[in-house]
Parts: sequence; structure tokens; C-alpha cells
Amino acid sequence: MSGALLEIRHLESYYGPVLAVRGISLDVPAGAIVALLGANGAGKTTVLKTISGVLNPDKGTVRFAGEPIARKEPDAIVRQGLVHVPEGREIFPLLSVAQNLAMGAYSRTDRGIPDDIESVLGYFPILRERLAQSAGTLSGGQQQMLALARGLMARPKLMLLDEPSLGLSPLLVRGIFSVIRRLNQEHGIGVLLVEQNANLALDIADFGYVMETGRIVLDGPAETLKQSRDIQEFYLGGNPDSPRGERRWKRRKSWR
Amino acid sequence: MEDLQLMVSGLANGCVYGLVALGFVLIYKATEQVNFAQGDMMMLGAFVAIGLGNESHAGLPFWLACAGAVFAMGAVGMAMERTLLRPLFGQSQIAVVILTIAFGFVLRFAAGAIWGHDPLVMDNPVAGAHVAFGQVVLGADEIAVIAVTVLLTGLLFLFFSRTKLGIAMQAASQNQLAAYYMGIPVKRIHGITWMLAGVTAAVAGILFAAKGSVDPSAGFLGIKAFAAAVIGGFGSLPGALLGGLIIGLVEPFAARYVAAGYAQIAPYAVLILVLIFRPHGLVAQVRGKKL
Ligand SMILES: Nc1ncnc2c1ncn2[C@@H]1O[C@H](COP(=O)(O)OP(=O)(O)OP(=O)(O)O)[C@@H](O)[C@H]1O
Ligand SMILES: [Mg+2]
Repeated sequence: MSGALLEIRHLESYYGPVLAVRGISLDVPAGAIVALLGANGAGKTTVLKTISGVLNPDKGTVRFAGEPIARKEPDAIVRQGLVHVPEGREIFPLLSVAQNLAMGAYSRTDRGIPDDIESVLGYFPILRERLAQSAGTLSGGQQQMLALARGLMARPKLMLLDEPSLGLSPLLVRGIFSVIRRLNQEHGIGVLLVEQNANLALDIADFGYVMETGRIVLDGPAETLKQSRDIQEFYLGGNPDSPRGERRWKRRKSWR
Repeated sequence: MEDLQLMVSGLANGCVYGLVALGFVLIYKATEQVNFAQGDMMMLGAFVAIGLGNESHAGLPFWLACAGAVFAMGAVGMAMERTLLRPLFGQSQIAVVILTIAFGFVLRFAAGAIWGHDPLVMDNPVAGAHVAFGQVVLGADEIAVIAVTVLLTGLLFLFFSRTKLGIAMQAASQNQLAAYYMGIPVKRIHGITWMLAGVTAAVAGILFAAKGSVDPSAGFLGIKAFAAAVIGGFGSLPGALLGGLIIGLVEPFAARYVAAGYAQIAPYAVLILVLIFRPHGLVAQVRGKKL
């Protein structure tokens, strides 16, 4: 699958002595939405951090639009058009909403920034009423929208979205997912989407990967994954007392 | 009348404290490191300006000497960050404390070796001049100190609230990780912050050496400036200036009205009172930062 927008091969990342990502390969084709699923602590966030350059990998390669980007500084990677929207509403709390948006465009020097603020506010109309308000006083859901909107201001070719639905009401979740789909369709922005809510993620994704303790244990087209029994059981609310669940626990033990 | 004169000279001293305190807070907000060499950087800035501008030394025109000192101290600040502090980033606070204290010693020693240990006054256009308002006669140097501080504060305010780089510096201090994610070059911003701290140190040093005299141990004034920064909340730039002005004002009035021997402790008594009644300082940023 060469020629993908994002191409990861045999990636390994440590936190100190802890090996959190154990040799992962995945692809995000241009213009595709790819879901990265997995339980808490599986290493999804670590993969995203390694891609965006906040964490250096120990082994493996990351290519973005054909260029190797592993071990580059995060600002260089953003300038190439790859933006990471982190989990947990990491906004700038004392800056205004408008200033937060402007910071999203920090890597840009072109004259299109005011127009882009307009178009981003078109996707998130609530933010328009709050432009002058300091971002720390927004509600949680509004902060999540701001984080997404701020990421868009970099005019990315690829966005890494880390649990954009975290802590949002079902209505807001649907709103945010439909925005993600529109961004993908209207602007051709590629998306690598990390989600706990596997059902929703596979609904909008073209392809999916499932991680467990630092490895990819399952991948396939989103439709196929949705039918898969494993996914049904583990991530789509299957019976936790099933024998399969126990086997998974044992398998984890044996890796220690 | 005398009280007014005391007030103006106290404010002028307070401006110097405030500018040094500003250096502490700038660096702390950006990097969570405390630069205990900030007072000594002020002292060095003063000597560089004297070395360039005084008749007895290189004898350059006053403004050129000032620009040279500002430029040199900006470079010193940036070089310090790049060579000494960046490798320590994320390490224990105590390592940074010891390193910057030691660096302060080095600066003091170097200044003594180059410019000697006798107090020097910087030649300046308003030296010895006075301004009379009715019966009140004020030193022109003190008025100039206050004016320059107001101007520098205004410029810093515009820089931090209006320019892209200034807002990015605020952003990086409020949420460093998010700043990385947005492509803000956080490390370069740390360097620029140290440069700014060097520049304010140079301005403070020029003001200090123009209205009084400077010797290599003048950097100990950093202790009072540190107290000023704590009074102001240690996270707030206006707070640092306010703290400096308060200490500057307390000193001459305590010297005048409080029994000798007690007057010197007045600034620290104020510090303790503030810490008891407003533990987060006068201008606390209550919601504070995330990291
Ligand atoms: N800064 C860190 N230092 C040490 N270990 C870490 C650090 N961050 C994460 N880890 C460990 O790395 C592993 C993977 O963490 P990661 O955050 O990537 O999981 P995740 O899949 O994103 O989980 P979640 O769904 O809960 O967000 C976990 O075991 C975690 O404890
Ligand atoms: Mg995570």
C-alpha cells in the first residue's frame, strides 16, 4: 500500500523503560478516515503522539506524504500539514476563543487566515458567539469543539483526532462526528480517529485497526470489522463474562 | 513636600525592583524555572552600558551604549538558555536553582575582574539635573527612570497582547503540550523569553547605574526583586511590577519613620504579611495554568 498519505512501519515507542507501542504498522490513504480502536491503555494516544513528533520512536518509520517525519520537531510536522488534536480539551485557558483559533494557524504565514476563521466558525456556530470569551470559561463540549476548530486552522492534510467524543452528550457526539465527516468529504482531509465509541467510529471510517497492549491485533475495512465477533464482544458491548473475555485477560498476563 | 520626594525616589527604586522581578516572572511563566542570576544579569547590563558609554571607558554616545547593553544582555540571556538551561529542562528545580546561583557568582566575579570593585556611575544626559514643581524639587534621573519603566511596560503589554509571537508565548506558558501540538516552536520560545529577561535586566541595570552607582555586588538587589515577584503572585507580570513598586515605596518611608535597625526588614515584613493574608500574592491568576 505505498503512496498512502500516512505510512507507519514497525513503530516502537517507550516511556522511559516502558514499551508502550510494540511494533505497529498502519496506513492512512489520502482522503480516508481510519479508525484506531482499543481498550484503555492500549497505546493509541502514544501512537498519535509519536506521529505528531511529541514523542520520539525508538524504532520504525513514519512517512507523511512520502517524507519521513519520525524524530522531527512537532512544529516542522505541523508545517507539513499534519495536526494532532489531543484528547481532553487541551485549549489555552486564559486566551480568548479568537486567540486560540489564531494559535491554531501559528504555522501559517499566508493571508487566508481570516477567511479560514470564518469557515471554521461555520462548522461550529456556537464559537462565534464566544469569540471574545476566555477559552477556560467555555463548557466542556464547547472546549472540545474549540480544540477541533483550532486544529483545522492549520489547514491540515491529515488530522489525528484523539477521542473527540470524550465526555460529550450523545447529541454533541453526533454533531462532532458529522462535522468530521463533512471535513473529510468537503475538504478531503484525511483523519486518523482514535475512539472508545467503536460503533460510531466505524460508522464514519473507511478502515479500522484494533490495538491491544501496544500491538495491532485486528484490522480490516470498517464494514467487516463491524461484523466481526471480537469487535462485537469487546468494544461494542458484548458480554464481559464470556470465555473469550477471560482468554484475553490471560493473554495479557502472559506478556508480562 | 518631603514625603512627595520620598515617594518619587521610592517609586524610582521600585521601578528597578519591578523590572528585575519582571525578569523572574517572565522566565518562570514560560519554563517554570527560577533564574536566581536575574539580579546579577542586571548588574552585568549596567557594567556593559558603563563600559561602552562612560568617558573613562569606551566613550560611545549614551544611546549607542544603551542599545549595545540591551543587545548584549539579550544575547547573554539567549545563550544561557541554549547552553545551560535547555539541557536541564524537565530536571529537578533544585538543579536549576543551583546552576543559576552559580552563574550569578560567575557574573559577579567576571564583572569585578573586568571593571573593578569600585562603584561606578553611568554618564547620562540627565545626570545631576533637577525638575522643580513649585516647591518640590525632584531628581530628573528619578523621573526618567519612572518614564522609561512606564514605556517599557507599555511596550511589553502591547507585545504580549497584540503580536502573534507574544500571544504564542502566553499560549506556551498556559499549556505547553497544546502549544507543541499547534506547531508553536516551544523551545525557541523559551530562548526568546530568556532574551527578553536579559533585555529587561539590561534596562533595569542602565536605570540603576544612572540614578545611583553600581558595583559587582549590586546583583544582590535580586533578593528584594524576588520578594517583589512573590508579593505580586509570581505568575503575573503586572503583579511583579506592583510588588517592585510596593517594596520601593516601603523602603524610604520605613527608613524615615521606623527605628533604625528595623527599617531594613520592612520589605520582608511586607512580604510576610502578603503571604499570610494573600498566599497567592496580590495579583494571583486563580484559574491558573494547566500544566
Ligand atoms: N507519560 C507516561 N509515562 C509512562 N507511561 C505512560 C505515559 N503515558 C502513557 N503511559 C503508559 O503507556 C500505555 C499506553 O498509554 P496510552 O495513553 O497510549 O493509552 P490509550 O490507548 O490512549 O488509552 P486511553 O484509551 O485510556 O486513552 C499505558 O499503559 C500507559 O500507562
Ligand atoms: Mg488515549
